[in-house]
Amino acid sequence: MTIRRRDLLTGTALVLVGERLASAEVISGSLPWRPDAGAPPEAVTPGPWKFFTNEEAVMVEALVDRIIPPDPQTPGGKGAGCAVYLDRQLAGGYGHNEGLYNLPPFKEGSKQQGPQSEKVLADQYREWLAALDRYCQSQGGKHFAEFPAERQDEILQGLESKTVKLEGTDGGKFFEQLLKDTQEGFFADPIYGGNRDMCAWKMIGFPGARYDYRDWVARHNERYPHPPVSIGGGRADWTQR
Amino acid sequence: MARKLPSKDVVIVGLGWTGSILANELTDEGLSVAAIERGPWRDTATDFPPTYIQDELRYRIRHELFLRPSQTTFTFRNKQSETALPIRTWGAFMPMNGVGGGGVHWNAETWRFLPSDFVLRTHLTQRYGARFLPADMTIQDYGLTYDDLEPHYDAFEYLCGTSGTAGNLKGKIQEGGNPFEGPRSRPYPTPAQEQPFGPALFAKAAREMGYKPFPQPSGNLSQPYRNPLGVRLGACSYCGYCEWFGCANYSKASPQTTILPVLVRKPNFQARDNSEVTRINLDPSGKRATGVTFVDTNGNEWEQPADLVILSAFTIFNVQLLLLSKIGKPYDPQTNQGVIGRNFTHQTVSNIHAFFDKSKFIFNPFISSGSIGMCVDEFNGDNFDHGPHGFVGGGYFGQVQTSGRPIQNTLVPPGTPRWGAKWKEGVRDSYLSTLNPGTGVHGSMYSYRDVYTDLDPTYRDRLGRPLVRITMDFHENELKQNAFITDKMAEVYHAMGAQQVVKLTRKGPYDITQYQTTHLNGGAIMGTDPKTSALNRYLQSWDVPNVFVTGASAFPQNAGYNPTGTVGALAYWAAAAIRSKYLKSPGPLVHA
Repeated sequence: MTIRRRDLLTGTALVLVGERLASAEVISGSLPWRPDAGAPPEAVTPGPWKFFTNEEAVMVEALVDRIIPPDPQTPGGKGAGCAVYLDRQLAGGYGHNEGLYNLPPFKEGSKQQGPQSEKVLADQYREWLAALDRYCQSQGGKHFAEFPAERQDEILQGLESKTVKLEGTDGGKFFEQLLKDTQEGFFADPIYGGNRDMCAWKMIGFPGARYDYRDWVARHNERYPHPPVSIGGGRADWTQR
Repeated sequence: MARKLPSKDVVIVGLGWTGSILANELTDEGLSVAAIERGPWRDTATDFPPTYIQDELRYRIRHELFLRPSQTTFTFRNKQSETALPIRTWGAFMPMNGVGGGGVHWNAETWRFLPSDFVLRTHLTQRYGARFLPADMTIQDYGLTYDDLEPHYDAFEYLCGTSGTAGNLKGKIQEGGNPFEGPRSRPYPTPAQEQPFGPALFAKAAREMGYKPFPQPSGNLSQPYRNPLGVRLGACSYCGYCEWFGCANYSKASPQTTILPVLVRKPNFQARDNSEVTRINLDPSGKRATGVTFVDTNGNEWEQPADLVILSAFTIFNVQLLLLSKIGKPYDPQTNQGVIGRNFTHQTVSNIHAFFDKSKFIFNPFISSGSIGMCVDEFNGDNFDHGPHGFVGGGYFGQVQTSGRPIQNTLVPPGTPRWGAKWKEGVRDSYLSTLNPGTGVHGSMYSYRDVYTDLDPTYRDRLGRPLVRITMDFHENELKQNAFITDKMAEVYHAMGAQQVVKLTRKGPYDITQYQTTHLNGGAIMGTDPKTSALNRYLQSWDVPNVFVTGASAFPQNAGYNPTGTVGALAYWAAAAIRSKYLKSPGPLVHA
């Protein structure tokens, strides 16, 4: 019996399917085809946090909202869903280093040799968030989300420039990872939980998952007029929230 | 204990571009052919449909169509004195997996190498003298010439339907094409793709500076095409999801869109997917291959006996299988003896980011294909006098607009913070008026004595086989070359009217986390001398004559072009030699 790959995709995680789940087959005579063989992505569903605790989620929403602050036209990281994106990513294959080479020995090498951590990303985040919370507590007995925006920015700047040190972990690495994940969530297709209503795509003028620009390739220096579409839900104005 | 399957005339390891070409040519000869592919079967409708392939996160950022390092990876170090560590997540290159191989997710930039690239050592020595080359540079001639290969370049381009403008037809230079290219026997099968604003502006400025810009030859087709096998491709829709993605339009040349529909219907062809070849088996003499052993997804071992073994996996896996099968002497950089693993190369790539006035320039970077763009070839290969510059090699540069996908193409001008309100504003104001060429400077990497591959002493793959160890660093020659060409490229963007041009010149040391291209080459190179090459001019193993090894592992050094055109041409060349020479008299085609 053949396992349908779609059935193996768990609720919200982006599972990297492939050879691990498929079985070896002999192909001859005609192109292999069977119905429902595709593996469409599953859209993130709203609901409770899948990875973060409520306390962590409050902190992450505050963090992503400083990395991408709201403005009158475009939501910030929180409003765009970047924390939801990160939560679902960390609960899934990405958070568990799925598909990466994870055999020992683990040794630190040169920067050019790339990441060598034994820890999976989800555990790493948990540690980072706890360490940041301890730092914030030491700065006046508050959680990160309770500080005013200016103070939050100072802490982030300190992590970026490595002047703020987190106890027992590398705050600089935390900052770089959080920055990358937040911006990825902001610009990825909204089915993954960020870029809500394609707000990031509308902000920059990216038409999204449209697939045909033949009428436009020779129209030079003209603004493309059509709104973005998502692979999950068509156009933003087709779905009422 | 491996279970033995019925014998075949030919077994092919890896069903990508070259495996598909060899399978098709050899089944035409009436031979029974079994192809064994490590990854899954992939097809357009099921694996990259237009309903969800345009997903930057899933396919580009999370690498879904690629080999997973958990299956197998490599170890890397810059120098022999260091301990190599495993590549745990892809960075500098992304090995492919599955039927179609790199042909599924390439950009389809379909170049020919220059005539001088094939006789490189001879050519450079004649022009500049042997002392002009660095002492540890190990470049070699291929053992064949551009003229030998021309009919096979032609065959590959007509298989693909390549869109382009000829620059040299039978020795006559053509207006609008690349005047530096070798002579072609006929025009490209289809005209060049239409150019969006960015490339058009680049071409205008380049022309005014005295260059001869031309459209990049593209395997994303400008119009529908029916190839000589009767397979049809559609016109490219400039969707912007090309490299890293499979094409949902049947408009990018790939084994799926050019060969497989015909090949798979042949009664004398059979493919196995999700089956990983673990070694080539030899008879007790060690001079003759008897077939291959592979493992299926249940961990069962099978033996596929065959009279002829075609090794057509990705570069570095060809080398791994040769080493694990003990075919050819492993290369030793200390003694400079041995051949397997020798002359390993990558590419020397850099880029520029150009920021224009948003009130005057709207580039719509999302209107793109894997290889639309305008290129300049004045600084490639030996197209210019290297005498005053103190380096050899070169590359093309161009405004090749491969994507406006926002995770990777939201740039901000220098001086803008990396996050916060100013960053957000910078992204918003720059996206449509910034050029971030998909291919900037695409430079050669020549070979060196201390850049090579061998088997790692420590790290193993999931099947317990030693990983291939890469020892690689940039040499001064390549860094000089890159700085020179990146400067030339930046001048064009200034002339186009950019307000700010950021030069991302390639710097050492070689970094396994920074993506350049997936153009790995060498390790099982072709040549004229069995002491310094693994293969003869027909890609036949010097040591085991019923083994042929296709792919860029045969390049003695890399040229300043994307490799697939040459990889395809060499596959047709080897197939022709097998059909016209080897089958008549199986044995060495060249006597050393």
